Parts: sequence; C-alpha cells; structure tokens
Amino acid sequence: MKAYFGRRYQMSASHRLHTDRLTAEQNQAAYGKCNNPHGHGHNYLVEVLAGGKVNPETGMVVNMAALDEVVQTKVLARFDHTNLNLDPLFVNQVPTTENLCRAVFGLLKDTLPAGELEYVRVEETENNFFEYRGE
Amino acid sequence: MIELTRRATFSASHYYWNDAWTAEKNEQVFGRCANRNGHGHNYTLEVTVSGEPDPVTGFVVDLKWLKDLMEKEVLAAYDHRHLNLEVPEFAKAIPTTENIAIASWKRLAPKIARMGGPRLSRVRIYETPEVFAEYRGEA
Repeated sequence: MKAYFGRRYQMSASHRLHTDRLTAEQNQAAYGKCNNPHGHGHNYLVEVLAGGKVNPETGMVVNMAALDEVVQTKVLARFDHTNLNLDPLFVNQVPTTENLCRAVFGLLKDTLPAGELEYVRVEETENNFFEYRGE
Repeated sequence: MIELTRRATFSASHYYWNDAWTAEKNEQVFGRCANRNGHGHNYTLEVTVSGEPDPVTGFVVDLKWLKDLMEKEVLAAYDHRHLNLEVPEFAKAIPTTENIAIASWKRLAPKIARMGGPRLSRVRIYETPEVFAEYRGEA
C-alpha cells in the first residue's frame, strides 16, 4: 500500500533579496525591507514528504532516523546558521523562499533512503510558505 | 470540488516490534521505539473529504456528522489505549504512523462511502507536530 511520511525540520539563516539585474531603485521597489544591504534572517521550517509502499517488515515508508540523517547532511548542515546569499546555489539566483524550496528539493531528490520525494515545503514565517513538487 | 478537513486528537501508547526479528535487530531498526514497555504520543487525526457543496445546505458534509463518526470509529478505539495490546488491527501490524493512518482510513471509509455523498480523500496522522503520515487510499 502506498502511503506518505512527512517530517518537519527547523533551520535558521539570513538572506538579502537583491539582484544585480535590477537597479538599486528597482531592487528597493521589488524587495522593500528584504533589500536591506545587511540582510535579515528567519527561522525556516522545512517540511519533507516521502511517498512509497509501506515496507511490510517495518510498517514504514521510510525509516525516520535514516531520513533525518539525509536531511541533516544534505540540507541542515549546509544552510543552518549561514548566510544563504553566500551559498554557491545562490550565486546566480536570489535566495527567495521559492528558490530555497527548489534548492532543497534538488538536494534531496534521489537521495532519500526509501520512497520518492513528493514535495518540499518551506515556511519562512508562520504566515507564508512555499511548496515545490518538482514540476 | 471542495476539500474539507476535520481535526481531532487522541493520546495513546505503543511500541515498534517485529516478532520475526531478533531483539538486537528490533533495537537496531526501531531504536528507542522498540522499548517493550511502550511510550506514548498526543496524536492528531486529520480527515479530509471532498465533494460538491449541497445546493440547499451549502455543506460538503455535515461537520457534526463527521466529528461524531471520527469519535465513534477512531477515537473510541484508540484514545487512551495501548495500540499494540488493545487495538485488534495492531495485534499483527506494527502501529507506525503510516499504519495508523491506513487503519484509520479503513475504519472510516466504509461509513463515508455508505452515506453516498462526499469522498474520503485523505487521512493524516500527526504523531508529534514534526512527524506525520498520510494515506490516500492508494493500493
């Protein structure tokens, strides 16, 4: 039977929304306070959903400890307590939460210990979140 | 089509153990969850049904009916119970979050189908706010 297992992780990071493709005024107009040159930070919540057959021996889609290990190694160790703008993934793209969400999906896809990655959701604050399903 | 979700909470104890394995293998795979004295969680059950709102009432489903159904079919069996020892479907199946989602679906689906209105589209079980599983009726 196919079921889904979801897990939520927290990481804290800073970013600045700014692109060299726009003028200073255009950056300010597009990003407002998020364009502050010194950056600002968030406590991000990263939700990962894995889908797959429930293993009859374990009753699990994926072993949580094994999933945690992958997410810790691939995502949290990389981004937690860092400045996202300095990560190689954000050299050529603005670290909006849309782009962060896609970046996390890319880092986890094909690396799960079992099951398929269904979606990655990143909550930037309690009031906004982003979801990417690899489409 | 509208999707409507109702939440309920229950508290239960469980442990993870596969009788076909040695104690060492159970502890290796399930870690602290293999403690045979059990441990417990405050679970959240989320039931999502989908359908068209009734032209007269504007309801996809009567929420009171759904609330009562969840209480009768799931909470009455699981709340303040030891899942391994007191709930028939977990005498054999390990009460993982995945299996609790599937078992809750099986308890609810026939009753919702019999009503002939909305379709059960998703059952999600939160074991903690950070850990959840869901079942969508897929084979």
